[in-house]
Amino acid sequence: MIEIKDIYKTFGDNEVLKGISAVFKPGKNNLIIGGSGSGKTTLLKCIVGLHDPTKGDVLFDGENFTDMDFEQRVPIRTQIGMLFQNSALFDSMTVEENIMFPLNLFTNQSKAEKLDRANFCLKRVNLTGKNKLYPAELSGGMKKRVGIARAISMQPKYLFVDEPNSGLDPRTSILIDELINELTEEYQITTVIVTHDMNSVMGIGEHIIFLHQGKKWWEGSNKEIAHTDNQELNDFVFASKFMQAAKAKL
Amino acid sequence: MRLSFRKPEKFSVYWAEVMREMVSVGIGSLGIIAIISVFIGAVATIQTAFQLVSDFIPKTIVGGITRDSTILEFSPTISALVLAGRVGSSMASQIGTMRVTEQIDALEIMGVNAPGYLISPKIIAGVTMIPLLVIVSVILGLTGGYIACAASNDVSTADYVTGLTDGFNPVIVTVCAVKSIFFGFIITSICSYQGFYTNGGSLEVGQSATRGVVFSCIMILFVDLVISRVLL
Repeated sequence: MIEIKDIYKTFGDNEVLKGISAVFKPGKNNLIIGGSGSGKTTLLKCIVGLHDPTKGDVLFDGENFTDMDFEQRVPIRTQIGMLFQNSALFDSMTVEENIMFPLNLFTNQSKAEKLDRANFCLKRVNLTGKNKLYPAELSGGMKKRVGIARAISMQPKYLFVDEPNSGLDPRTSILIDELINELTEEYQITTVIVTHDMNSVMGIGEHIIFLHQGKKWWEGSNKEIAHTDNQELNDFVFASKFMQAAKAKL
Repeated sequence: MRLSFRKPEKFSVYWAEVMREMVSVGIGSLGIIAIISVFIGAVATIQTAFQLVSDFIPKTIVGGITRDSTILEFSPTISALVLAGRVGSSMASQIGTMRVTEQIDALEIMGVNAPGYLISPKIIAGVTMIPLLVIVSVILGLTGGYIACAASNDVSTADYVTGLTDGFNPVIVTVCAVKSIFFGFIITSICSYQGFYTNGGSLEVGQSATRGVVFSCIMILFVDLVISRVLL
């Protein structure tokens, strides 16, 4: 479980996050949604420790991550998997080497065991046999799936996903969402997804936090989102004619 | 810099990275160093011979001057300036690209000490391989001078070889070694730093690489002056 308490983040005079608190439970897809500039990615970076919050705490299973130094954070970080918006695969390594990289650094497994794990992760994301390809040889969707394979290679307790559907066609987006959903349920991972893709919100949004102007504006599930009277959330979710039509049918 | 030399998560992984960087810096730069060294040695010999046309000056002096200027200045400093362009810009742009494509963030989230993993192998490769490249450069520079003598007849090859060995002061080799170690450190640390703290996109990666090369060149020339003043 991840708990964030009263998170503030300021860049110069610009206060991006204004006292956000939330609890992200294991085995659930926790979505952070909001318009551009609402502070979604900044919040995610504060949670994973890429930014230090100006004020507030982040707790991983009760342990205060914010107060820890680099060395103290390592045991928690080895339990974190993250899929970046642009996948962030290491260009100089093959698919297999990318997946085995954290295993090389943080486990004492034999080469055969690491290879087995890499093959298992690749099979799990339906990329069996792509071991020797370099990231430059992969499509956007394949890169995302390799990113997921790398993120789950250490059997993480926490999975963070930044804009999983950006730059993908609708069908591939759904496949990525389904994959994240399956992994979350199967391994009881605490998954936090930053997105503004409404298909993801309606499809896998078990727990949703809506950010607006750096504040938590609304919290609920995808089942509740269609019936909310929160004006800002309605403006955001039902901005497109397609979503308006979908709402009318509900 | 302090973070770069923190205890590695796993020595074997870092060692593999050091080896990879050594091949990149050493073997990868051998061609350009060989070419510039031979030409610089040849040109130094021809120009020295041209300026010392006198019956009162022994022809062997050309070999001595070429030797001293090659070992003291041409090989370490010009090689370092060329390597700042070739190796330094490559390091800055590689690390800068990793920064803007979130690969460094990915390392940090995994719990990897990113400055240690990315920068320390480059610095170790720089301070070991650049002195070796300078040794190669000295040998090829002096060979270039020999070829120039053989081709021009301004100075006989026998006089040139005699000049190379006459009045040799070993301190110039020490100065050359100290310079090349410092230059190796300057190129790799400055360029890696510039790359690591890149902010923005591809335009900024290019700017970081340019800044890395410019700052390295200025520091090389400054340190060259300081070492020459202190050790000679």
